[in-house]
Amino acid sequence: MSDKGPIIFLQPLIAPQPIAINLLPHGRILPYCGSLPHTVCKQRQRNPDYSDKCSDCSKFRENSSNWNKECLCSVNFTLKEDILGDVFMYYGLQNFYQNHRRYMISRSDAQLLGRNVNIQRSYCAPFTTYKNGTPMAPCGAIANSMFNDTIDLFYNRNSSVIQVPLLKTGNSWWTDKNVKFRNPESYNLSSAFAGTARPPYWQKPVYLLDEGDERNTGYVNDDFIIWMRVSAFATFRNLYRRVRRIRHFADGLPAGNYTFRISYNFPVSKFKGRKHVILSTVVWSGGSNPFLGIAYVVSGTAATLAGFVITAIHLKLRKKKTYFQRQ
Amino acid sequence: MKVRQAIPVTAELGDTSKLARFDGEVVCEPPNNKLDKFGGTLYWKENKYPLSNQNMLLRGCVLRNTEWCFGLVIFAGPDTKLMQNSGRTKFKRTSIDRLMNTLVLWIFGFLVCMGVILAIGNAIWEHEVGVCFQIYLPWDEGVHSAFFSGFLSFWSYIIILNTVVPISLYVSVEVIRLGHSYFINWDKKMYCAKRRTPAEARTTTLNEELGQVEYIFSDKTGTLTQNIMVFSKCSVNGHSYGDVQDVLGHKAELGERPEPVSFSFNPLADPRFQFWDPSLLEAVKLGDPHVHEFFRLLSLCHTVMSEEKSEGELLYKAQSPDEGALVTAARNFGFVFRFRTPKTITVHELGQAITYQLLAILDFNNIRKRMSVIVRCPEGKIRLYCKGADTILLERLHPVSQDLTSITADHLNEYAAEGLRTLVLAYKDLEESYYRDWSERLRWAGSASEAREDRLARLYDEVEHDMMLLGATAIEDKLQQGVPETIAILTLANIKIWVLTGDKQETAVNIGYSCKMLTDDMTEVFVVTGHTVLEVREELRKAREKMMDASRSVGNGFSYEEKLSSSKLTSVLEAIAGEYALVINGHSLAHALEADMEVEFLETACACKAVICCRVTPLQKAQVVELVKKYKKGVTLAIGDGANDVNMIKTAHIGVGISGQEGIQAVLASDYSFSQFKFLQRLLLVHGRWSYLRMCKFLCYFFYKNFAFTMVHFWFGFFCGFSAQTVYDQYFITLYNIVYTSLPVLAMGVFDQDVPEQRSMEYPKLYEPGQLNLLFNKREFFICIAQGIYTSVLMFFIPYGVFADATRDDGAQLADYQSFAVTVATSLVIVVSVQIGLDTGFWTAINHFFIWGSLAAYFAILFTMHSDGLFRMFPNQFRFVGNAQNTLAQPTVWLTIALTTVVCIMPVVAFRFLKLDLKPELSDTVRYTQLVRKKQKTQHRCVRRAGRVGSRRSGYAFSHQEGFGELIMSGKNMRLSSLALSSFASRPSTSWIETLWKKKGSEGSGAGSPSGTADKTLKV
Repeated sequence: MSDKGPIIFLQPLIAPQPIAINLLPHGRILPYCGSLPHTVCKQRQRNPDYSDKCSDCSKFRENSSNWNKECLCSVNFTLKEDILGDVFMYYGLQNFYQNHRRYMISRSDAQLLGRNVNIQRSYCAPFTTYKNGTPMAPCGAIANSMFNDTIDLFYNRNSSVIQVPLLKTGNSWWTDKNVKFRNPESYNLSSAFAGTARPPYWQKPVYLLDEGDERNTGYVNDDFIIWMRVSAFATFRNLYRRVRRIRHFADGLPAGNYTFRISYNFPVSKFKGRKHVILSTVVWSGGSNPFLGIAYVVSGTAATLAGFVITAIHLKLRKKKTYFQRQ
Repeated sequence: MKVRQAIPVTAELGDTSKLARFDGEVVCEPPNNKLDKFGGTLYWKENKYPLSNQNMLLRGCVLRNTEWCFGLVIFAGPDTKLMQNSGRTKFKRTSIDRLMNTLVLWIFGFLVCMGVILAIGNAIWEHEVGVCFQIYLPWDEGVHSAFFSGFLSFWSYIIILNTVVPISLYVSVEVIRLGHSYFINWDKKMYCAKRRTPAEARTTTLNEELGQVEYIFSDKTGTLTQNIMVFSKCSVNGHSYGDVQDVLGHKAELGERPEPVSFSFNPLADPRFQFWDPSLLEAVKLGDPHVHEFFRLLSLCHTVMSEEKSEGELLYKAQSPDEGALVTAARNFGFVFRFRTPKTITVHELGQAITYQLLAILDFNNIRKRMSVIVRCPEGKIRLYCKGADTILLERLHPVSQDLTSITADHLNEYAAEGLRTLVLAYKDLEESYYRDWSERLRWAGSASEAREDRLARLYDEVEHDMMLLGATAIEDKLQQGVPETIAILTLANIKIWVLTGDKQETAVNIGYSCKMLTDDMTEVFVVTGHTVLEVREELRKAREKMMDASRSVGNGFSYEEKLSSSKLTSVLEAIAGEYALVINGHSLAHALEADMEVEFLETACACKAVICCRVTPLQKAQVVELVKKYKKGVTLAIGDGANDVNMIKTAHIGVGISGQEGIQAVLASDYSFSQFKFLQRLLLVHGRWSYLRMCKFLCYFFYKNFAFTMVHFWFGFFCGFSAQTVYDQYFITLYNIVYTSLPVLAMGVFDQDVPEQRSMEYPKLYEPGQLNLLFNKREFFICIAQGIYTSVLMFFIPYGVFADATRDDGAQLADYQSFAVTVATSLVIVVSVQIGLDTGFWTAINHFFIWGSLAAYFAILFTMHSDGLFRMFPNQFRFVGNAQNTLAQPTVWLTIALTTVVCIMPVVAFRFLKLDLKPELSDTVRYTQLVRKKQKTQHRCVRRAGRVGSRRSGYAFSHQEGFGELIMSGKNMRLSSLALSSFASRPSTSWIETLWKKKGSEGSGAGSPSGTADKTLKV
């Protein structure tokens, strides 16, 4: 290679370093673990979760005869300092294999687009039809296993309990909400879904997912859309709600005591899974991401060191090169 | 040309009716492949007649100087010598091809291993985790156990991971080879304008092997030489003529020659003859008697026939081109041989017709190495003119001319050092009485029934004594253009050149010197001429001992132990100090090629710098090639032009045919053909080297990119419950090998160069990596695979690390499967594109177009596949809708892609840079110096041997054969032109064939073969 070559090659090696340094401040904005609110814990330490705190409910849910009874539990935590800016609330699941091949194909995108299709020909089995032939709407393993806990957040201010206002729409991708998911066309939703039945694990039919909001029910329900966008890994978190920035919460969440009230419906103990709630903010590059920051710093440092070593070797061998050239 | 004659008894059967009554019986040897031997007996009318090779016409011969003949077929079809010499056609494949097949099998094994690992993983996962997960994801119908699930998952993984087995590789390899073949066909520098023949790659499958050639087997005549003899220098009476001189009288170099001498004074001159030294012509014009006598000898002492179609348009038919050249030279210098009859020779000496009476021709043979004529001059003097090899003739000179002899001997050595073929000329006046006595004895000896040859030889020997030296001639066996330079360069490229020729030893050695294969600097040239197994073995052993002795004396410290162990023979021979050459004769070669001696022979031959095999049959040529193929790993290349080279061309790894005058059989059997030997250097050093380099780079990259692509699935398997979930979108998997990555690597495989073509000619050492198989072997393959796996690990785990916790900038989840797929796919395409950019050493517009085009195509297709329109049409097929625009708008995704790219590429760059610094390849150094040289423009021409050292080697070589003298004297083969006959009153003016008929009728003698009734001279 030419003499100029190495110098050109070296540039990209050194370049990552400034980016890595820039990234560091963002890496500091760390999320707050759902059930250990007093510590600003690192992302990986989310283990104390509400699947333990709500173990009573968990046991309650294992008994299938209680499927239509409600089980409530609450988790308290304290914020030592304010969380400023947009605050997002996630539910996290561990050991839930959304990326399993058979799980991932078990859906009918045509059905979710509101089309009247024969779901027998999709990969929804065994969640296709009931024994009497009534098709499930929506069909498939993904829809059937939809996360259905209800989580509310309360702010305990001077012994008065204020419910933190949460937004349940606008959490999904625009393309998903407006292109990928469509309700069947009809004069009203219940008639649109006439002749179909809810999936077996659901407590209510799909058109009643959000009774209050016409544009957020049926297939276009945000919670449903988010669930249907399956995760790449068995441990994941999905956006559940956003804090609505009004009144006390105009700047975010002020420091103080909070309580999660959870209506426990989603059993995870059977598959040794766990679930948790996460509150987090975002920066320009998205949520906090210590891995990316560390990876950049490490590779930047390695590149710089390698650059120095190589340059040293190169300079040392320059004499030898002229010798070769004379040969 | 070779003389073939019928035996006298059958020669009489010129008539068809007589032939019809012929009922002889031929008993002969079984069919064999020896071209120069035949033994048989004809039983006819209770008589036995011996038949030899002299009476045989071989299949494939062409009659010259004879219009027709009758013959008896002795062997036909596969029994003929031609067919006995032909080998089997084999299917040729390159070593890279064979390696590739092995590697593909290995990869397949690797695929099965991965499948098994993942299947076991699947069984365990289903058993441990999947069972609990059944509430959300029940097993498929029919799957009742984790074991069965694992079994199914094995097949799923075989299907998913099958992209490691590069199916498209074979197609791409063929496309690249086709491209390289077109480059050879289109190469203007390998186009011969004179013959209007371009180089032609007749097979498209062997190109890269051209870059790995280690042994070249070359034919001589027609390949190295043009088979044209040119009278180039002479020494007359101690004065040497023929050096090309410039104005100042210095020896001029080639290329700056002045005008050739004009022979316009002589209307009979041959216009094609060229001579550059005007002093010789001046000497002729001034009437120097020595010069006159010199040319007179040349015009008289020969066996050439002349044909004169019209006045002044002479055509010489010479049995050997040497003689033709000498007679033509005499013709141009004013001593024109016009025509001959059995008893006379008519010469125009400086315009004056003189007829000499031809008294005797003392014919040439291999032992005598000379020929003489005895003529009676018009004034009545009897004179013997003799020409022959210097070693023989210089001993037979009269002692008076000792001073002259030593000067001439010096000249001869000078000529020989230039690789010219020399002959010494001498004359002797004979007393009338002595001649009478001698001719009487000659007649007696000639009619003797036994030991005739011996008696004749003794008589010849007696008369050719005490001769007066006239001078010496030097004939240039014209080499093809650029042969010595080509051989020099190929030798520098560590290619061993073996010349295999049917010619005799002297000629072959001579050519060896003139094309600089043999030099006087060589420590020793071994000549093996033994006739028996023992002799040959002894000679080979001696050669080896000499070589080892020499190397011992160089490094005498530890050589003693080496000598003891014969197993180290090879290693010792490979570390030979001096330069040696081996010349081996055909009959010795026959023994050397026997099973028990072939290894010995090969080791000896391979230790030598040059090997010349002479007098070899076509089959032996092939056997030699086969031998080298069998015991040496190197790639062999055979080059030849004639039908006798077909075997060798077919046997060698690569066969090259010279498309010349000698028919197209060689070309038809060859893999590559062109019209000049010198193009070989371009074919090997430029095209072959590039082909090899490109193919190696291509293969490395191809394996790399497939592994980088596929192994990601393997890693993902550990995170998705071994469920055979793919990482990428199905369309990406389909298009990756076809659209996104195929064209850039194809462009590299077709166009890449490491150094420009001039450099690869200047530095022949650049050829060595190919011979040593350094650029693509199992080690390189594993490095590529390792790089591919390394890339796949980063390609999976970096996005995994990032995505595990990340969210989008609008707070929504990022770690969904589809975003992950797009991120990994995008970084993969970018990484492999950057990698091909690094691998591409030579950027053409097409490379740019393909690389940028592939990236552009990737993004264009990505956005199209993820568009709303397609989803609305086929919602179940295009479920990635909206993914591209959502994912690729995220800074985190781009940061991940950038990080992945840098981390994947950085070690490669660092490693290459370090290698460049610490252990640069020659090609790197060449490229480096090229940059420097742009400034200082120093000349780095390849070494040209300058200055000749005086040698004591005789350059005698003469492609002449016995038998012509007798033929001429008998008058049997007199084809006289009507013009000549008309001026020769004593003969009826009929055509030659009529004369012959007449003669037959009257004298009852004619010529015929056992197989025919006309005599013939023919060229085999």
